[in-house]
Amino acid sequence: MFIEQLFNGLVLGSIYSLIALGYTLVYGILMMINFAHSEVLMVGAFVGLAAYTLLAPPAGGWVALVLVLLVAMTASGLLGIVIEKLAYRPLRQAARLAPLISAIGVSIILSNAVFLWVSNQLLSFPKVVPEQSISLGFMKIGSLQILIFFTSLILMAVLHFMVQKTKMGKAMRACADDLTTSGLMGIDVNKVIAFTFLIGGALAGAAGVLNGMYYGSIKYNLGFLPGVKAFTAAVLGGIGNIAGAVLGGFLLGILEVMAAGYLPNGSQWKDVFAFVVLIGVLLIRPSGILGERIAEKI
Amino acid sequence: MNFFNSQLSTLNPQLPKWLPLGLLLAVLLIFPIIIEGTSYAYLSRMAGLVGLYALLALGLNFTLGYVGLFDLGYIAFYAIGAYTAAILSINGYSFLASTFAAIVVSVFVRLLVGVTILRLRGDYLAIVTMGFGEITRIVFNNWDSLTNGPKGLPSVGESIRPVKILGMTLVTNTHYYYLIAASVILTILVSQRLENSRLGRAWVAIREDEVAAELTGLAVARLKLGAFVISAVFAGLAGSIFAHWERFVTPESFVFWESILLISMIVTGGMGSIRGVILGAVLLGGVPQLLQAALVGSRFIDYRYFFFGLVLVLAVLFRPQGLWPSKRRQVEILETEYVN
Repeated sequence: MFIEQLFNGLVLGSIYSLIALGYTLVYGILMMINFAHSEVLMVGAFVGLAAYTLLAPPAGGWVALVLVLLVAMTASGLLGIVIEKLAYRPLRQAARLAPLISAIGVSIILSNAVFLWVSNQLLSFPKVVPEQSISLGFMKIGSLQILIFFTSLILMAVLHFMVQKTKMGKAMRACADDLTTSGLMGIDVNKVIAFTFLIGGALAGAAGVLNGMYYGSIKYNLGFLPGVKAFTAAVLGGIGNIAGAVLGGFLLGILEVMAAGYLPNGSQWKDVFAFVVLIGVLLIRPSGILGERIAEKI
Repeated sequence: MNFFNSQLSTLNPQLPKWLPLGLLLAVLLIFPIIIEGTSYAYLSRMAGLVGLYALLALGLNFTLGYVGLFDLGYIAFYAIGAYTAAILSINGYSFLASTFAAIVVSVFVRLLVGVTILRLRGDYLAIVTMGFGEITRIVFNNWDSLTNGPKGLPSVGESIRPVKILGMTLVTNTHYYYLIAASVILTILVSQRLENSRLGRAWVAIREDEVAAELTGLAVARLKLGAFVISAVFAGLAGSIFAHWERFVTPESFVFWESILLISMIVTGGMGSIRGVILGAVLLGGVPQLLQAALVGSRFIDYRYFFFGLVLVLAVLFRPQGLWPSKRRQVEILETEYVN
């Protein structure tokens, strides 16, 4: 029972981690909360559903899953770039709250665009790959959960490789360290930022599809809750820190599942529990679990 | 040229400076009486709601606008004020007593929260205040014995009594419009006095450069806490008025979205600018409602939030300093660095 719950927490947490990575990547470079990220996730889920509806009959099962993920990730990634270019780039020199407001505006636009021109109903999301329950002797797990968990892990591994081993990843790390100096050293800062939004958006798109498969349905306003939770996870781990986002996501997922399972009236109070833990952690470590202590600018 | 100029100025004597403002105030003062009983009477209810938004936005302006504290959970204190007032009113206390209690409870909780979290910086503060806002809402939603849960207060058989003040009982929307208008004017006066005081200048100094402010000898932590606590006064007041006016409170009224809306009003109008914040409240709080009333029955009614988002983005893109920024902020040098 406990181990099953733990695994459930890891599965939920892996979705949070994927979303949290998008927040943390952008934050690491621009010091900005990308409020529209949750709607990029939502759009990814809808594009994934559309892709499945168009592709599934000829190519079922695993091929369909990979295709659906790729299409959703591409769409969300491109959407991320477009948002950055139109709504954030013009405000890069402005005071800090200005891009936040335009992000809020973009997220209202996106969710209402889907509401108006796609569907205002709860749409059922297919499992894509046939589901079965696997017994490991001491625990039973669903194939869907395994699939979500390992898809997320693979994506995280790809991200890790990209950030640590490629030239673009090196440029991203440099920009996260010091954007202005990176620009002076000949790094095309705009390209790096666009790339960051591409990656973050793509991860959100994948998370949107996985989230849809996990809950079995999607709606135009689905992005908000996982968005807020994932942002919480990113802060919990130490925003701007990639490992922190992953750790925070898993922690939050496990906390939520455990609180719902073991506390009295747990499912009502699980969100309170998550926020209380967040506040507690931040009071002890003001920049998150893995966040470096930012030197005060003196 | 001089000759023409002097000629013109004698032909067109300058209108007194206070005239536009005076006219506007006069219109705001009498329009609810004129429209009462007509089919436009809903406008005074709408104006009252906009007034509540203005009251809240001016309250939040103390932290977000002057000090630049990124406060995403302000609505929680509005909720605390509303619930305190509702519970007391149900138990027979007068408007003044329950409003006073609402303000005291809001301020007290705000003080406790502020002491704990204000040493967090920037976006960490944002997420923690957001977390606190959500915790408050969920607690009100789940604490059935006190708040009647999602069904809201009052429960069956109880009622929140209408406001009795100075021997009058306030019943209609117009009455509440005047109560709210008086509160807004009071808030504006308080804001103005504080803004031009030593305290207000210290707050703005913190917003512009916290380290420099600290180095000039300002007690930054205490000043922040002061702004944080003062802002709760207006949340408590607005909450009590809201509870008495609606005579019904549910957790639904205090969602995260409302905090976001208040922040948008302040930033779109101009941070730390009283007139800008009010303009923001009128635009973002009033126009969607006007559109809703105007578009009822038309298929465009669903489009209003889409356009709301669009306008928000365009407003910030074209005027990142706000639509009507304060003079003080206009002369400040815009931040050109990426914040380090």
